[in-house]
Amino acid sequence: MSVGLTGGSNPFRSVSRRDTIRKWHSHLMLVLCIGAVLIALIPLLSILFEVFRQGLPALSYDLLTKRQYFQYFAGGGIANALWGSVLIVGTASLIGMPIGILAGIYLSEYGQGRPAAVVRFFADVFAEFPSIIIGLFAYGVIVVWTGHFSVFAGAFALSVMLVPIVTRTTEEALHLVPDSVREAGLALGLPRWRVTGSVVLRAAKGGLLTGSLLGFSRIFGETAPLVVTIGGSLFFAKGLDDTSSSLTYVVWRGATSGIHAAEVRAWGAATVLLLVVLAINISVRVITSRRAER
Amino acid sequence: MDGPTPIFPTDAPPPSGGPLGSSAQEGSPRKGLRGLLLRALRGRRLGDLVFVNLTRSAAVVVVGLVVGIVASLMISGKPAFEAIGSGFLGPEWLPGGQPPRYGALPLVWGTLVTAGLALLLGVPVAFGIAIVLSELAPPVVRTPLSIVIELLAAIPSVVYGLWGIFILAPFLRDSVYPGLQATWGWTGLFGGAASGYSVLTAAILLAIMIIPTVSAISREVLRAVPVAQREAALALGATPWEVVRMAVLPYGRSGLFGASVLGLARAIGETMAVTMVIGNRNAFFSSLLQPANTIPSVLANEVFEASGTHLSALFALGIILFLVALTINIFAQLLLLRLRRRGAHA
Repeated sequence: MSVGLTGGSNPFRSVSRRDTIRKWHSHLMLVLCIGAVLIALIPLLSILFEVFRQGLPALSYDLLTKRQYFQYFAGGGIANALWGSVLIVGTASLIGMPIGILAGIYLSEYGQGRPAAVVRFFADVFAEFPSIIIGLFAYGVIVVWTGHFSVFAGAFALSVMLVPIVTRTTEEALHLVPDSVREAGLALGLPRWRVTGSVVLRAAKGGLLTGSLLGFSRIFGETAPLVVTIGGSLFFAKGLDDTSSSLTYVVWRGATSGIHAAEVRAWGAATVLLLVVLAINISVRVITSRRAER
Repeated sequence: MDGPTPIFPTDAPPPSGGPLGSSAQEGSPRKGLRGLLLRALRGRRLGDLVFVNLTRSAAVVVVGLVVGIVASLMISGKPAFEAIGSGFLGPEWLPGGQPPRYGALPLVWGTLVTAGLALLLGVPVAFGIAIVLSELAPPVVRTPLSIVIELLAAIPSVVYGLWGIFILAPFLRDSVYPGLQATWGWTGLFGGAASGYSVLTAAILLAIMIIPTVSAISREVLRAVPVAQREAALALGATPWEVVRMAVLPYGRSGLFGASVLGLARAIGETMAVTMVIGNRNAFFSSLLQPANTIPSVLANEVFEASGTHLSALFALGIILFLVALTINIFAQLLLLRLRRRGAHA
């Protein structure tokens, strides 16, 4: 004790200086972490700001109700693309969601052991496939086979993307239903399929809905598979066999055209796209986080 | 096992109809096919059989689609491997040339460099966000902040591309790249005329796009670190940062690695945003400020107007991309398997 306190070498003092450094080092690193949050927020705010600044003025009644007159010049609106998006994403949902939900039910309610683990692993890997690969698949299977671009080819590609997403969200939603609920259903003498269909699915319907909405918003904003499958027409698609445009297609064509009128149209289409996607995402997240807090 | 063991063992005999069930059956005798079906369903066997097999076949579809995608790419790409062969290793991708050249190496190089750079730039930021969300932020801030960060993931990639063309690329060209050339020009990485549409611009855009994915998974990883781990470090007198660095991060190492690998997979497969800002030049680049191209970008630009050998060569490119993405993905999923299993209920 006395050794340390004599002379100029005070061990306590050096320890306390080291502590000060450690403390400030800690502060610095944590401030850097907070800085990372700000770095991530800047692009988000800039994207929202720019899309609405350049896109909202472009929005008009004509834009939303008239079809495109030209790919690159002024005139008309984006109604054909809006209709195309609705048709493509709607068809894709009709094909992909039932398959995804049934596969999710299998994983949660019936699947056991190795087969289920394999399906789960495939779904996880599959959900992360590059979307352009799935577009290439749809091109090779549908476009090459039928000989022309079509709404159906695009819808097929998007439904393929939707399946693994919905499978996993369904499985997770069904896992949240306690087993006691299933047991109660069985105790009433219900057969298993009725327990799953009328009891478990009903209890998990909130989770199923949010999962489906997120999947829907994901494929609604998807571009790459559509670029190689739908052909990009200026007219309203008359059916699944017809070529079509989509909102994302108009954004891509317009943004890369270098022609002002098409760029304005691209910002307008991006605004509609972003409004739909953000509305779905924000409402879903707010609802789920509120549910989680409860 | 993942999740609660299903309480219906698949192979167990269905419970036999109780007295209530059978009396109900006798009480309402129905005729015809409909009645037969209803009785069979009420007898449980058929209904369960149909339903279980329906869900099972949907699960088979999931696996079948993956197999189908692989098979379809292989079949369509095979002619190109036969016709071009070692030409794929050439230094130039020029399908319109005389003769057409299909060298895939510059595209592979472009894909790997943009994705790797994106990872380098994006992952530290994503980890910082994850640390804030799991260790620092009070609960009041935590939920809204994570919602906002996740919104970044919801923005369609074509909108990122639009923003990249009109905002990010001009900004970098005018305000960042000249300074970069002046300070770091001697490294040779930033030579040439900076147009804004370049490898580095694409990498920065990709970095922004993978941040939400990597930070969301990393946050889950850090949350799964036991509290006792942190308390032990605190009890030893660690500062808040030392707790993170010595107790939290090492514990979640494999999960954080998995999150980064998943970010790499996303970056490699990303198509629209990259193709809109990378400048689409199908040759080797030495400077990060030069335009280049990636495999997904070439596919998006060329597939819809290609035919014959060119189309087949594009499918072959697809196979290359697929194999790279698949390898990285499987690796990431294996690293995250433990987390996913736990997270299945969260």
